[in-house]
Order: sequence, then C-alpha cells, then structure tokens
Amino acid sequence: MSDNKMAVADINHSLYDFKDIENEQDFYRMEEGLSRETVLKVSEEKNDPDWMREFRLQCLDLYNRIKMPNWGPSIEGLDMDKISSYVRHKSDMKGKWEDVPEDIKNTFEKLGIPQAERESLAGVGAQYDSELVYHNVRDEVAAQGVIYTDLESALRGEYADMIKSHFMKLVPPTDHKFAALHGAVWSGGSFVYVPQNVKVDIPLQSYFRLNAAGAGQFEHTLIIVDEGADLHFIEGCSAPKYNVANLHAGCVELYVSKNARLRYSTIENWSKNMYNLNTKRALVEDGGIMEWVSGSFGSHTSYLYPMTILKGEGSKMEFTGITFAGKGQNLDTGAKVVHQGERTSSVINTKSISKDGGIGTYRSSVIIQSTAKKAKASVSCDSLMLDSISRADTIPGMDIRTNDADVGHEAKIGRISDEAIFYLMSRGISEEDAKAMIVSGFANPVSKELPLEYAVEMNNLIRLEMSGNG
Amino acid sequence: MSDTSLLQVQDLSVSIDNELPILHNISLDIKPGETHVLMGPNGAGKSTLGFTLMGNPHYCVTGGKIFFDGEDITDTSADKRAKAGMFLSFQNPYEVPGITLSSFIRNAYHAQTGAPVKLLAFQKSLKAAMQILSMDESYADRDLNVGFSGGEKKKAEILQLLMLNPKLAILDETDSGLDVDAVRTVSKGIEEYQKKKDGALLVITHSTKILESLHVDYTHVLVKGGIVHTGDGALVDEINANGFERFI
Repeated sequence: MSDNKMAVADINHSLYDFKDIENEQDFYRMEEGLSRETVLKVSEEKNDPDWMREFRLQCLDLYNRIKMPNWGPSIEGLDMDKISSYVRHKSDMKGKWEDVPEDIKNTFEKLGIPQAERESLAGVGAQYDSELVYHNVRDEVAAQGVIYTDLESALRGEYADMIKSHFMKLVPPTDHKFAALHGAVWSGGSFVYVPQNVKVDIPLQSYFRLNAAGAGQFEHTLIIVDEGADLHFIEGCSAPKYNVANLHAGCVELYVSKNARLRYSTIENWSKNMYNLNTKRALVEDGGIMEWVSGSFGSHTSYLYPMTILKGEGSKMEFTGITFAGKGQNLDTGAKVVHQGERTSSVINTKSISKDGGIGTYRSSVIIQSTAKKAKASVSCDSLMLDSISRADTIPGMDIRTNDADVGHEAKIGRISDEAIFYLMSRGISEEDAKAMIVSGFANPVSKELPLEYAVEMNNLIRLEMSGNG
Repeated sequence: MSDTSLLQVQDLSVSIDNELPILHNISLDIKPGETHVLMGPNGAGKSTLGFTLMGNPHYCVTGGKIFFDGEDITDTSADKRAKAGMFLSFQNPYEVPGITLSSFIRNAYHAQTGAPVKLLAFQKSLKAAMQILSMDESYADRDLNVGFSGGEKKKAEILQLLMLNPKLAILDETDSGLDVDAVRTVSKGIEEYQKKKDGALLVITHSTKILESLHVDYTHVLVKGGIVHTGDGALVDEINANGFERFI
C-alpha cells in the first residue's frame, strides 16, 4: 500500500514539474519572487563555470519547493517577493552616503570608525585604506603557501577543483529554504586554504576585504585547513553592516583536517531591519580542533546555530557565544554539535542578554551518535534580562545514543540585580555605567576570547546598546 | 544647620519600598574627622540607616532631611553622594563577575575624580594599601568579590575605602563574621583612614572588637528604629560589659 502511495505522490509531483518555460518564469516571479532569469544573470555576471551555473539552477528549484521554516521567530516581515530585486540590486547596490540611515551613521561615529571605512561598511564606499592592509596580509601569508582570496576568483583559479569538491557539500542546498536560496544566488565571500602543517601567526580578517567584490548578503565563506595546520579567521566587526535589502542568507563551510586547528571568530552587528538567516558548519577530522567565538548583535530577527560535525576520532570543538537582543529584536541563536568519532568532545558556553523588550532565545542541539564512544559534551548557557519586559528562553536539545557519554548541562536565567547596581553606584559610578559594567562583566568570558581590538570594540558596542544608541 | 557639619540627619523616617516603616525621627550630626558609633541589637534598623544615607532606592525617606557638606542630598542618587565624598562599606558586598577588583577601583576613582587615572601611580598606591590590609596582590586581578571569603570581602571593602578616600565612611558591620586576626587587620586599615587621612566615620556594629584601636567621639544606641541614647566613647565599654538591656 505504502508503495502505491509513494507512486501516486511521485506522479503528482511530476505534474507540477512540467511547465512550459514562459509559464514557469511567471510562476517563479509571481509565487516566489525569484526567477530563473535572475539566477542566470547572477551566474553570467560572476562568469561561473558551467557546473556552478547548473548548481545554481538546481538550488533555485529546491528553493521553490522547500517550505519556509515554521519553528522559530516569525519572519513574516521578510518580503520574499523582493528576493529578486535584492539579488538584482547586488551589482548596483552602491548607494549614496546620504541615504544611509542616521542611527547607523551615529554608531559609526561613536565607535570611532574612519569615514572611508564607514562608507565601505555601509556598502556605499569605493576604496579605503584597509584594502591595502588586506593585500599586504594576503602577500604575507602567501609566502607560507596560504591562499586567501575571494571565492569568485578562486573558482576560476588553481584551486577550482578543490572548491568544486567542497562547495555546499557541508551545507547542502537541501538543508533548508535559505540554504537553497544561498546556493542559487550566492555572491562574494572568502576562500582560505592553509596547506599541511602551516601555522598562520596572524589572524586573517575578512573585515579588511569587506568592500572587495560583493561582500553582502549572500556571501559564501569556504575555509580548508589541511592536516596539522593552524588558522584563526575573523569575520565581521562591531560596526553595523547596512544593506539596502533586509535579508542576509550567508553560508560558511569550514573543513578542519586531521590534527588541524581552526578558530573562527565573528562579531556580527547587522542593521536593525535585517533578517539574518545564516548557516555555518564545520567538519572536523581525527584530532582536529574547531573553536568558535560568536557575537550576535543587531538584526531584526536572527536564526544562527553554527554546527560542528566531530567526525574524526578525538576531535574537539569549543563554542563561545554572546547574543544581545534589544528593543524590537528577536534573536534565536545557539549551537549544534554532532559527535560521530570516538572520544570526541565539545564545550558550548553561551551568554544571552535581553533588554527593552528584546527576545533572546538560546537553542542548541547536542547529538552523540552510537559510533561516538566515550564522547564528552558540556553545555552552559546564561541569560541575563535587564528589565521586566524583556524575554530570555532556553531550548537545549540532547540526543545521546551511547551509554558511556559524559554529558553536562547547566542553564541560568536571571535578571540584573538592583542591589548590585546600587553597590557599584555607591562607589560613584553612574547608574548607566553600573549596568554597562555588570553586562560587560557578564560578557567577559566571550570578550576575553577575542583579540584585544575586537574585545574593545565589543565592549564599546555593549555600552552603546546599553545606552539605547546602538 | 551648623556650618561645620559634614553629615546632618534631621528627623529622618524611612520605610522599605514605601511599605514597612523602619526608622523614626533619626537625627545625627557628624563633623569632619569625627568618629561616631551606631550600636543596637539585631533588627534595630542599623543597616537600614546605612543604606538610606548612601541612597539605596529601596529605602524611602518618608520624613526628614539629609545634608552632606551643606547640601540637601535627601533625593540624590547614590553615585552623586559618593562623588560628594560618602562611602558605604557593605555588610554583604556583591559579587560582580567579569570585572577585576583593581579595574573596579580604577573605574570608581575615575568616576569620582573625572580625571584620567595614572596607571603606574595607581598600581603603586593600590599595592601599598593592600599591604596595610595584608591582602595578597593576586586579589587585585580577581573578579570583584567572586569566590572571596567573608574576610577577604571585608578587606576588599576597606581597600576601596583607602583608595577612594571619602570624607565620610559608613562601615556596616565590617567586623561581622571575621576572626580575631582579620578584625585586627581590617581595624588597621580603618585606623589608617581615620588618623592619616582625617576621615569621618560612622561605624555600625553590634560588637566592639573593631573599635578597640579607634578613637570614638560619640556613641548612639539604636533600638526599634529610633536613637534612644547618645553618649561618648565610654558608652561603648559600658555596652560591651552590660549589653543593650537598659536601653530596651
């Protein structure tokens, strides 16, 4: 019986799939807002190899079929009909500095970012000094054999095959609707390859190449750290990233080979109209180490759960994250880890702050598969609410299929204490500064994982958010 | 009011969160450099007075006024009172993770003076003050009060007193829960503040150990929310010998 049902379903499905081209285009445009034509145009602009063009079209098909997620914060405000124009705007998105919203400009001002960089961060700039820094850094690491470039050039260069065999293999477009969308219209991003046993001393910072072609809302980051190699990669910065369109669906794929180590740090501060639906994933081989440091500020709504697959024996991961949800923000963040190899271990530490009615949800999933003998996992999540109208939720999931796993979980939700504020104020510290100090202290386990200049920026950002000027 | 008063409390009545009345018609007059002791049995309202003088918003002044250095501070926030030169040593200091004792004091110092803190000079005087209190230097880099023992917390309070150098220090049960040696060490710090820096003190206590090395000018006895008796330093000894019985 069930076979028959399957067959019927298949036939029905095929009926929908057969359409003449003209109708199909209309269908796409009217129903979903993204046309085959648009995707082909992106592909043409990027001068894609054939396989990539085909891949984009397959992704478009998946995108049209996969339903919107219905388990997280509402994304009703996201105008899916405009997807097409978001994509089309890509090439001529460079607007005018005058058009950048005032609050964004003020934040740049308060963070002390030079004008040229402000323009670049706001997507309206052309050239700035950091471009030079980027080239210098690239040349320096190139001497060690490290490839650090934008993904488009990499697709046509020496490493084309490596990209083909890794691109969206870790985050397949079938994963969810926005992964499929990403696959169809991705543009810009970084490619890093660190050869065997090479230790990169300086952190590579994508910040330096933000204005390089197409750092935007569908950027793709692909990092491969070969056996025994070591890399720290830093994505983003504390300055608010402003885009004309309000959807960010980026994708990050990280491959950590045997005995390699990758530290991936991000501070994201999207403008407050942004729907941030980002997918990040790492695959770790035998003895490899994956370390995440993740700061989520800004955006209207975020879905962000960096995932690590501990495939290799003895592989490890550590996730340290902080989320700050202010007025009107609904940030659903956390982490996911899948233990496959024996003696794999994971540590998840997160901090979430909510203020002025903001909603911060911690969501995590720890999966220990039956092959992962003697696995160790520890999860700790702290939430701090700064007033009685804000909200903090904790949704930790665990699925353990072995009987020798060592698993710990600790969750704390609290409100900022009036007495502690009074204690600080009794030493001459203003109420606003007292709160900011307590919150910075709460965030300290995260900021101390960041390089100094980023830690300082993050503390400035917390201070701005606390004063309501973020 | 007298021109020479540092702290003048006039007919002060206080309730907690505007509900439970605790203090009734308290009057006090502390001049610069004087040491006053406030004694009384448990639950008399001693800590309430300390919190109220420092401006804890949960304690509501329902009557009377507080003047400091000639200014009416009855409705002033705690940070402004601190800047004017008031200090409260807490009975139960709060633990604040993520901020070190040294950076907390530096922040407070900066907030009070408004001047940039010269790091080397600051570290030198912090070290000297920690020596007076027999505090291990490593405490400077530990998170504020986090994991400190009771004695270490009290020492950290007195350390802040010495570093911030207020005109008036209110010490709320600084000796409670301390062993004999710790009381002696803490007293040394208070003595330093009193003698070398000519600071005024309001010492809230229900024991007398901490007072042994201090010169006491006035002693007030607080019972059931009111000051029932005021005497000189000798009253401390009397209470030490006979308890509060005759005031109740």
